[in-house]
Amino acid sequence: MKFTDVISPFLAWSRAARKADTIPYPKQKNPGADRYRGFHINDTHKCIGCGRCEVICENAAIDMVKVEGIEPGRGDSGLRPKVDYGRCCWCALCVDVCSTGSLAMSNRYSWITEDPDSCTYTPGFDRKDWDNDEKGYRQDNQVLNWAGSSREPMPVEKPENRVRGFHEVVKGYTVKQAVAEASRCIQCGLCITACPAHMHIPDYLMAISEGRFAEAVKLFYDNNPLPEMCGKVCTRQCETVCALGYQGESIAIRWLKRFACEQFDSLADVLKSDAEPGIPNGRKIAVVGAGPSGLSAAYYLSRKGYEVHVYDRNDKGGGVAWQAIPEYRLPADGISKQMEVFRKAGVRLHYGKDITDSLLGELSAKFDAVYLAVGLQKPSEARMEGEDLPGVRPAFEFLVNSPEKGDIPIGTRVVVIGGGNVAMDTARTCRRLGAEVTLSYRRRIEDMPADGEEIHEAMEESIDFRPRTIPLRVEKTDSGLRYFYLEAEMIENPQGGRPLPRPKDDVEHSIEADTVFTAIGQTGDIDFIPESMAKEMDIKHGLIVVNQDQYTGYGNIFAGGDITPGEGDAITAIADGLRAVRGIEKLLS
Amino acid sequence: MSVNPATDPKKTTHLFFGPQHPGVTGNMSIEMWFDGDEITKAITHVGYLHRGFEKLMEKRLWIQNFPLVCRICVPEPDTNEECYALAIEELSGIPVPERAKWIRTLILELARLAVNLMAFGGQAGTIGLGTGAMWGITFRDFVLDLFEELSGARIYHIFIQPGGVRKDLPPGFEKRVLEVLAKIGERLPEMDRLILNNAVFKLRTKNVGVVDPQWIQEYGLVGPVARGSGSVRDVRKDAPYEVYDKLDFNVITESGCDIYSRAVVRRREIDLSISLIRQILEGIPEGPVATQLPNLTQWRVPPGEYYSRVESARGEYGYYVVSDGSLKPRRIHVRGPSYVHAVTLLEKMLVGANIADVSNIMVSLTTCPPEIER
Repeated sequence: MKFTDVISPFLAWSRAARKADTIPYPKQKNPGADRYRGFHINDTHKCIGCGRCEVICENAAIDMVKVEGIEPGRGDSGLRPKVDYGRCCWCALCVDVCSTGSLAMSNRYSWITEDPDSCTYTPGFDRKDWDNDEKGYRQDNQVLNWAGSSREPMPVEKPENRVRGFHEVVKGYTVKQAVAEASRCIQCGLCITACPAHMHIPDYLMAISEGRFAEAVKLFYDNNPLPEMCGKVCTRQCETVCALGYQGESIAIRWLKRFACEQFDSLADVLKSDAEPGIPNGRKIAVVGAGPSGLSAAYYLSRKGYEVHVYDRNDKGGGVAWQAIPEYRLPADGISKQMEVFRKAGVRLHYGKDITDSLLGELSAKFDAVYLAVGLQKPSEARMEGEDLPGVRPAFEFLVNSPEKGDIPIGTRVVVIGGGNVAMDTARTCRRLGAEVTLSYRRRIEDMPADGEEIHEAMEESIDFRPRTIPLRVEKTDSGLRYFYLEAEMIENPQGGRPLPRPKDDVEHSIEADTVFTAIGQTGDIDFIPESMAKEMDIKHGLIVVNQDQYTGYGNIFAGGDITPGEGDAITAIADGLRAVRGIEKLLS
Repeated sequence: MSVNPATDPKKTTHLFFGPQHPGVTGNMSIEMWFDGDEITKAITHVGYLHRGFEKLMEKRLWIQNFPLVCRICVPEPDTNEECYALAIEELSGIPVPERAKWIRTLILELARLAVNLMAFGGQAGTIGLGTGAMWGITFRDFVLDLFEELSGARIYHIFIQPGGVRKDLPPGFEKRVLEVLAKIGERLPEMDRLILNNAVFKLRTKNVGVVDPQWIQEYGLVGPVARGSGSVRDVRKDAPYEVYDKLDFNVITESGCDIYSRAVVRRREIDLSISLIRQILEGIPEGPVATQLPNLTQWRVPPGEYYSRVESARGEYGYYVVSDGSLKPRRIHVRGPSYVHAVTLLEKMLVGANIADVSNIMVSLTTCPPEIER
């Protein structure tokens, strides 16, 4: 103990003369830091209502609620987060996981109100002073990419190998890859809104992520009897709305469906009693066309106890999907595997039976209901000079006649006109048959209706893409054909939608070819419908317009698939089949 | 029937001290019997803060526990986040980028600085020297300002995550850290004059609350309590985590064994933290601060168990984490030093002590009740 120890504490008095460290609140207020985790802000138009914030909130402070002015729709649940500030602990996990990055926090930390109920509000809807604050906690995807992630890469055959034959391009996921990919799902279920058949996507992704592959297959069959086909060639509208796609890559839903089906040699064995016919109810249904739509309706009707007869003019089932899609995308061995399920479900298939007007009348009279799912059979005309020259052919006809056998002569130089999936299939098939292929399309590559992956793979296979080329005519030359075209520039479409091509100048360009394929779509061939029936149906541009139950408006006839207006893809056709089942049940009850 | 002289109702007075008392750290109570003003027996009671953290954590996703673990210790939440993150990283093999390791060390040292400032000042507060306590809290607030800028929150930072930290340092942060260190450093001599060189403080703390060096092994004492009695144990040195092996420092130890000695350890820890923070700011490399984690709602940590430990301001702090490979932890056990310090040791030390010294002794052990009843 020293004497200074008695004196030194009193030196603290020197602070009395200096400026205080405290602030005189409320005269002076201290704003929150730039990153302060304060009250929530939500850009409700950017928000898609995926509910990820609700799931991650450890205090259950967030509820997804219906708000006025935002309706549920494709890719939007119509719900928005409502935050209870009696429970919120300001951890900002909700902000970090927000799929679209719409949710943020302001730097306000104090709020005084007399109404206790207003402590629970929907940010963005219940207007608050801090709605437009620039400062506060924000998601930073460069640092913490919790909102998005990248897809498991699908192993594919190298381009130089795949043009040598018709073996499948996509090799399929391994179990490890599939489980990893399925585990990325956040279970928001927005994909269900976009899938025409409303498949149980989150449920089967969960099953795959937990290794329950058989259960996944059972879930597929709940509303899609052709899962392996869809797993390979579906237009995957589900993936376009995937919440993960906003800040990362959407989940490979299509590839996972394919994966689960590939795990089993027999799908019928997996389904067991789930694929058996229902208790017969004594009613008979005729389905015309054994394509995806017809088969779907037949399967579910049969499961409900109807006696279903399917008629198809071809000698095998599957319709356009299986006839026109080349082997390298949809190998034939998967077909018999899936057809086995239909047979097991009691669907009676009658092949080689062409539909005529008298037969249709007969079916309508003999059966309790008829479902027309005949598809589109007639190729559209290109309305181009020289279209009737030998060597100028519709691509669709070429594809359905098993070109991979190599007995259709195409020469070594091929021009394909069009930008859809049929054009891609034709170009890539010709490439595999050894031809040099040029693809001519009126608009830009990004306007092509074909699947992006198809376009990408076609490019890898050194197909010469000539976008913005307007077909003029085809002329016969000594060595074959010459295809003439004009170069185009894009102008805005006054009616909205895709821009329109317009000739840039009068300079004609041309390519030598042995074969020119036109792939500019197909139209319906409904000559088989008797005049008396057609009068009562609503037929527009060769397509039968139906109501929401796929009912044509005539007697007991329903229609669906490509013959009715719609997206024109397999999954829409399957969805039509499901609706027809509902419509037929309603009619017969 | 023989009567225990320590609790003889005829000779002793029986009273509860706490749980609501400014002299008690947090919410716990001490049941005391005393003869005159000398304590004859003391029993600690906890249960006022029980929120069942360990059980709650078993019901939440791995990531959802970060907002929970920080609440186990209010003054120093970051050690909890660090322990939990270390265990998850070890179990799932998630790498931590180099820069993130430096930032984490920075956070841990800033937190230690804040705690020691408050505890050192608080020690003065227990003998009625309120100015010291206020200064300690003010200086801690300067550090909390830095935390607010860095993480967006003053108390519960929730900034350390498996695989790194949540965000990079804000622009100019290093400069502001140095400014705060300079400001605190400038005022620390004033604090020394007020507290350590104070006759009253010396009289009240020297040879009071003596921790026998033998007890260190016997009871498993750690941190400033052990180091005030000559121990040289410090997890930062003994089992370096993050970047402590790259920093230059010595374990602080004092041999007085009394409250004064422990206060000096804390005072020197403040200087050490300031020195370590300066070293970190000089050595911090550029680079990413986080590793991409799997989908948080489907995140299954591989099965296994791990005991992670770090040095908190109160001593060795550990998390025993068991995963069964599911979406949620199977078991988490939090081992804070307060369990021994505030229950076993305090009950022993209070016998024979003066009533006026109860909070003096208790604060010198830096007990933190939420850590006892997780």
